[in-house]
Amino acid sequence: MSDYSLPVSAVIDPGTAASERGTFLERLHEWVVTVDHKRLGILYILYSTLFLLVAGAEALFIRLQLAYPHSHILSARVFNRFFTMHGTTMVFLVGMPFLFGFANYIVPLQIGARDMAFPRLNAFSFWLTAFGGLLLYYSFLGGAGLYGMGNAPDVGWFAYAPLTAKSFSPGHATDYWALALIVSGFGTLGTAINIVATVISMRCKGMTLMRMPLFTWLLLVVSMLTLVTITPLTAAQFMLLIDRYLGGHFFDTQAGGSSLVWIHFFWIFGHPEVYVLVLPAFAIANEIIPVFCRKAIFGYPAMVAASVAIMFVSLSVWAHHMFTVGMTSVSNAFFTLSTMLVGVPTGIKIFNWIATLWGGRIRFTTPMLFCIGFLFQFLIAGLTGIMLSVSPWDWQLHNSYFVIAHFHYVLVGAIVFCIFGGLYYWYPKATGHLMSETLGKWHFWLFAIGFHITFDTMHFLGLLGMPRSIYTYQPDRGWNFLNLVVSVGGLIQGIAVLLFAYNFIVSYWRGEVAGDDPWDAWTLEWATSSPPPPYNFEVLPEVHSRRPLWDAKHPDDPDWEYES
Amino acid sequence: MSTVPIKHPENTIEWHLPSKRRVGMSALITGESAIFTIFVVAYVFYIGKSLTGPTPAQVLEVPILSTICLLSSSLTIRRAEKAIEDERVASFTLWLAATIALAAAFLTETALEWKKLIFHDGLTISTNLFGTTFYSLVGLHATHVVVGLFLLTTTLLFSLFGWVDSRHSDRFGVIALYWHFVDAVWVVVFTVVYLIGR
Amino acid sequence: MQMVPTRHLVRLGTAAALSLLAASNFAQSDSPSTLAPASTPAHQIFDLSVVVVAITGTIFLIVGGLLAIALYRFRTRKSDPVTEPAQIYGSTQIELAWTVIPLLIVVVLFLTTARVIFAIQDAPRPKSALDVTVIGHQFWWEFRYPKYGVVTANELHIPVSSGSVSEPTFLKLTSADVNHSFWVPRLAGKTDLIANHVNSMWMDPQKPGLYLGQCAQFCGSQHAMMLLRVYVDSPEQFDRWITAQQQPAPQDPAAAEGKRVFETQACINCHTVSGTAATGRFGPDLTHLMSRVTLASGAMDNTPANLRQWIKSPDTFKNGALMPAMQLSDRQLDEVTAYLETLK
Repeated sequence: MSDYSLPVSAVIDPGTAASERGTFLERLHEWVVTVDHKRLGILYILYSTLFLLVAGAEALFIRLQLAYPHSHILSARVFNRFFTMHGTTMVFLVGMPFLFGFANYIVPLQIGARDMAFPRLNAFSFWLTAFGGLLLYYSFLGGAGLYGMGNAPDVGWFAYAPLTAKSFSPGHATDYWALALIVSGFGTLGTAINIVATVISMRCKGMTLMRMPLFTWLLLVVSMLTLVTITPLTAAQFMLLIDRYLGGHFFDTQAGGSSLVWIHFFWIFGHPEVYVLVLPAFAIANEIIPVFCRKAIFGYPAMVAASVAIMFVSLSVWAHHMFTVGMTSVSNAFFTLSTMLVGVPTGIKIFNWIATLWGGRIRFTTPMLFCIGFLFQFLIAGLTGIMLSVSPWDWQLHNSYFVIAHFHYVLVGAIVFCIFGGLYYWYPKATGHLMSETLGKWHFWLFAIGFHITFDTMHFLGLLGMPRSIYTYQPDRGWNFLNLVVSVGGLIQGIAVLLFAYNFIVSYWRGEVAGDDPWDAWTLEWATSSPPPPYNFEVLPEVHSRRPLWDAKHPDDPDWEYES
Repeated sequence: MSTVPIKHPENTIEWHLPSKRRVGMSALITGESAIFTIFVVAYVFYIGKSLTGPTPAQVLEVPILSTICLLSSSLTIRRAEKAIEDERVASFTLWLAATIALAAAFLTETALEWKKLIFHDGLTISTNLFGTTFYSLVGLHATHVVVGLFLLTTTLLFSLFGWVDSRHSDRFGVIALYWHFVDAVWVVVFTVVYLIGR
Repeated sequence: MQMVPTRHLVRLGTAAALSLLAASNFAQSDSPSTLAPASTPAHQIFDLSVVVVAITGTIFLIVGGLLAIALYRFRTRKSDPVTEPAQIYGSTQIELAWTVIPLLIVVVLFLTTARVIFAIQDAPRPKSALDVTVIGHQFWWEFRYPKYGVVTANELHIPVSSGSVSEPTFLKLTSADVNHSFWVPRLAGKTDLIANHVNSMWMDPQKPGLYLGQCAQFCGSQHAMMLLRVYVDSPEQFDRWITAQQQPAPQDPAAAEGKRVFETQACINCHTVSGTAATGRFGPDLTHLMSRVTLASGAMDNTPANLRQWIKSPDTFKNGALMPAMQLSDRQLDEVTAYLETLK
């Protein structure tokens, strides 16, 4: 018989009556000064959802402009600001905060802790990130320069030098880009430090590293990677500001400086950054897939090893974004090889997920549907990534719509799908109510159909020679019909996301009551109430395997008898 | 409400995890190392590429004395760490003061070096590639020394008020870790700027 | 719930429809399609891509197929027992197999790729090659033929290189300002133009004709309108063209008024017209402006009306182009346009 404990899930002082909860201002104040990881997690997620809608609207305008050649919906300058802001927002104000928001909420619960290692640093990091985002968007009002009217950054999210030099980008647009990201970058660094310290130092008794849920493992790997990923960008942005304001010459070609230095530094950040974005998606899938096919994840140690391998190898592939800058053939060959190699641990994960499904009993709930979409789409995205790693082919495909299709397949098809899955999965834990399954399924199917209409088609535009970052295109190049199709898919996705937003908001009041463990899951966050009390667990748990709740529910067949 | 049986066993497992403060500081150091690496790479890449202006060989003097000061401060802070672990508060305060003095000496000599470079040799951050990369790299390091100095001085003040004892040795160890990092970075910067680059 | 077959059909259907569309699209001969190579580097890339698609396509069918089968076969049925299914934690043999096989695929793919990298990048330059220097500007292309002393802009003429007459064109690329990229998909992969850094590439088009391309590295507000036209000429056509380009500007006395406007209204600060006082290099060389089919790097057709409007207000066609509106009177506009119309 087991001699372990799981915490009582009942709250010590349940049911605060509305009249006891204070005025609206008092409650607002509580949220502003909170250091509770759960509340900060929710703040991050609300923040990201807001910017998802903003950046999504920017994308819709872009697609409206490109639906027909020589359109006048957006002028050249405004278009260039929109695609710059769309990319910058999605990466820094949607992707990163969503994923750190999930981490904040779930990791302490999954390791049986009461909070993150440094709660005040946690709050400080959130507000830094939030302020950075607001600073970026203030540029629409305050960026006035030579052109007179306020303007947002318009140099591409990658901001290549020397386009960003004072002489080619007068005014403050570029400065907003650099400063906003420096500020939110420090917030990101703070959260990464916090997650590493929390996971290493605050696990409950018995939870060795190899007994942590894979979600937590992956967020540990992501946070470690973030430490050496976001910092090169911060360094490069300081260099850019030194050039722009102190007369520095880092990227000043007139003084012997080099654009290639910026390009290398940017992609030394930029490539690991995409792994920072995608590994949390894997983390979410690692939780959802086993629960909805009723089997343990297949090959846990290999999944850990593959994640760590990805962390290291991803640091060696950055110049596959630079195959066309004129590196030597040997360099191009090296980066081709390293990029192909990073596909191996990534592919292994897909095999492990399929093997998890194999022999299971699959329930097609909304979170699971999103994860299934993720599996198909991530497979395709990985394969188009292999195509792009073939450097001679990349000499054609680089900077074309094929690349945009590939990375949106990853960012939307894998990451956003997993984010939606994760939101449906953990919403009941955070709010105590389930989201509507019916609306969820409508959301999923509309979004998937729109996604495929847009991004499957987009690959062909790249193959037909259409480059990226163009506000319009010539009508005689054979791109007209495909662009229209791409735009229509965008509208469908927009409608799907609005459906989701409605579901997200309304379910808080009208969703079915969830209880502690609506999905019959196996990790510690489901052992406490929904929502958890501020102290998470009345008694800190002690665990003996990777699935403490499986052990509790199956005392005759506990995991620890099988785990190596 | 949980339907799971609850038991409260005695301490059955030995459970020791690393100190969260040390882990946090190590993580910060990892991130900072990445920032410094980028500035060092830029410095090394641009060696010899300035189109004009003073070269390192013409204007740089090897700062032996300030390097000795800074590296010795790693030794004095180690003594301070040992002292506070053993609750020898007076000894701790003295060694901490010595560390601060050595750090201040380092900063003073850096300031004097910069004064000479700017006013006597005409080298500023905007003069040429050497100026840009030199001031940004050495300046970034000096900024980290200043932050460390602030942390150390605050601790010294607390100690002078009698508020520090062996219970704080883990926290002070974290500050010392940061300080050792700053010294290690100086070894790299010194080698790259004053030995290799000259 | 029969969800899986439906999704599979939706995906297959989309893919099939789009392939048909793609095929019909590149039937247009002008279309700058990577799927219609007309020069050795483009051919080598296309052939390699076929191999890559074969390998990745097979992987997709196998892995995607397994996924689809799993979703169908192991979906929850009402007849399922209440207990959980057997918990399988892993299998060392299977995991080893699916680590080793991908590694082998990587080795094969990498070696196949490396061969093409070296074949294209390190191809030796034959003596008969034509050298052209390409300099990128915001938002136009400068082409210099060093051997012939010719400088032109935006529309590149190169000789066909086929069979017995092997005359590939070797380009040297750099930039006068920000980063650009030279991309004519049917002729070669793209190569970036970077200031203070000379890149090289080559192409040997096998059929005469017009090949379209455009700048492929975001370079500022009018990046989208930095278009490329590459005219691949027969040897005779090319000789005629280059000889004509080598001549100084025609001197037509009827256009003397316009020439005076040109020379006194600061045009010569930016533009060159060889044989005259105009030696500016910030803007395109206008010596043989009328030999070009388009103006402003492909933004509009080369007609007198367009030319006049361009000079009056470049923002009409290319808002953000670095040519300022010259504030000329209507009469000056008519005269200078007439002058430029003589620069054949």
